[in-house]
Amino acid sequence: MDAQLVQLLQLAINGISVGAIYALVALGLTLTYKATEVLNFAHGDLLMLASFIGWGLITALAWPFWLALPATIALVAAATTLLERGVMRRIAGQPQFAGVMLTIGLAFMIRGAVSMGFGPESRKFETPFSGHTTHFGPLVIADLNLAILGAVLAVTVALFIFLARTSLGVAIQAASQDQLAAYLSGIRVKRLNSLVWALAGALAALAGMLLAPITLVDISLWFVLLKSLAALVLGGFGSAPGAIVGGLLIGLIESFAGVYAPGSIKDVVAYIVLIVVLVVWPRGLLGEAHGKRV
Amino acid sequence: MRFAYDTSYRDSRRLLRWRADRAAYAVLVLLLLAAPFVLPVFYLGELTYLFIFALASLGLMVLTGYTGQVSLGHAAFIAIGAYAEALLLARGWPLPASLATASLLAGAAGLAVGMPAIRVSGLYLAMVTMAFAILVEHTLGHWSALTGGFTGMAVPDAKLFGISLTTPTGFYFLCLAVLAAVLLALINLMRAHLGRAFVGVRDSEAAAWGLGIHVPRVKVQAFALSAAITGLAGALMAHQTKYLTPDGFGMMLSMQLVLAVVIGGLGSLRGAILGALLIGLLPAFISHLKPILPDRIAKQFGLEIFVYGAVLVGFVLFEPMGLAGRWQKLRAFFESFPLYRRDTFRRAKTYMRSERHR
Repeated sequence: MDAQLVQLLQLAINGISVGAIYALVALGLTLTYKATEVLNFAHGDLLMLASFIGWGLITALAWPFWLALPATIALVAAATTLLERGVMRRIAGQPQFAGVMLTIGLAFMIRGAVSMGFGPESRKFETPFSGHTTHFGPLVIADLNLAILGAVLAVTVALFIFLARTSLGVAIQAASQDQLAAYLSGIRVKRLNSLVWALAGALAALAGMLLAPITLVDISLWFVLLKSLAALVLGGFGSAPGAIVGGLLIGLIESFAGVYAPGSIKDVVAYIVLIVVLVVWPRGLLGEAHGKRV
Repeated sequence: MRFAYDTSYRDSRRLLRWRADRAAYAVLVLLLLAAPFVLPVFYLGELTYLFIFALASLGLMVLTGYTGQVSLGHAAFIAIGAYAEALLLARGWPLPASLATASLLAGAAGLAVGMPAIRVSGLYLAMVTMAFAILVEHTLGHWSALTGGFTGMAVPDAKLFGISLTTPTGFYFLCLAVLAAVLLALINLMRAHLGRAFVGVRDSEAAAWGLGIHVPRVKVQAFALSAAITGLAGALMAHQTKYLTPDGFGMMLSMQLVLAVVIGGLGSLRGAILGALLIGLLPAFISHLKPILPDRIAKQFGLEIFVYGAVLVGFVLFEPMGLAGRWQKLRAFFESFPLYRRDTFRRAKTYMRSERHR
């Protein structure tokens, strides 16, 4: 293979593995948006919180990674369940804007609390994959990236099977389409909403545990949320497959922009995509059609 | 209790109807005029900053509170106003012309963003404006030839009527005058055709169309007006900080503005002022709080952001009408004192309603 092609493939693989994280975050956002019509601006901070919890368990308490991972996921899922029950539920029926404000407020509180508790310095933790690479012909792939791809693939497939094939998943879909109708057919909507938030929290925690080894455990990890919003918009707002496709595409675009675009466009290319897609083509790739009801 | 008993049409058009109101506002004006001669210089500077912040939050209130268009990126317009002011002054423009041009430039930017952005609404608009603000901050940081990049640029000193703006008293009066003028203009505008059209668009676009309001045009007008006011605040802020760097106009500033508007109470100019006062005073309040707290917590920057978040969550949950709503309730309580009914402002039970198809 010639060098040019190898470089392209290498960039594509790096882009896809970062994009897989965006997709995971976007998937969590879609879940809560579909179920409760709240765009959770605290999702990025939940992810950041998870990475700090993971650091605490692995480095400070010296737990093995395979024990710390489920423990972190469970802790964050429990936290989001409490958030839904204690806080988010109280603004049901208020305009969407209230949900945006409330989650921004919660995001600030989480960010502030983590900063007060852990301090400003960044940290890192080791995973079983850190530092190893696998060779596929001339391509070199970090094991961490392979693990990310595998985990995201597995989680996505499991989630889709859960939503489409189990009765609980179908109930979630029903409630997200029309809460009142679902309630009248005997679905316990409140309980389902808590479950969906817990699922979204678990996804955020998993994304945090996967992202932190690549970057660092740092307060600024929440920024992933903004990139994921671009992914969400590109893929089509409120569409779960769209979130995955959009996430992968944003990762690819960023990866290629880093090499082929001039200057520091890489940092903002996701936002340019967000604006262009929303203005030119608000429906996105796989979004549902926007009807207007009077 | 007070009853509106009009004896002429002028009565219902007056800004201040009651004698008590007129007396209260006269006292306020006197206090504000006397402040520079009584207050120490530090507090005068703080007060001036509060005025500028209140001006910016008035700008956002026009867009978010009255027209119902969410913007999470208004710091971009502050930045445009501030940089325009600095660049124009550096080219030797006189202050009134540079202030007006900076405001107009920000307004033009608002127009440019607003035209495509009105195609989307709600959450989408919030995301577009947020992304726009990030792009503006990025551009300011990397367009070194014009803006000095991340190292920043100094704001030239300016004179108005022979008084330098570096004297705190002169600058105080300039900001006070601008704020008062904008506030009066907005109060009247909101009672006029355009202001009513804003509220109509916020409450129901379909009904607004039905009443002959050209909804997209009104939205763009709101965008431009809001950006122009915010840009004016930015131009004043350039003189306040005296040195401009891109990270002074980051997401935190946008969020502070949104916080001020929401905490003040959407759809009320009084709310914009009250919210700006509260949000502007919070950092000072927190720094007074710090000596009481344990060292480990007090030293972190997170304390401030935590308090911001907690205040916001508290208001969204317990007082969605904001400070202006609280003010109204207190007023109603005192005006109808022995007869106040507790349920006057009780919130009706709400159910989940989809906004997905708007």
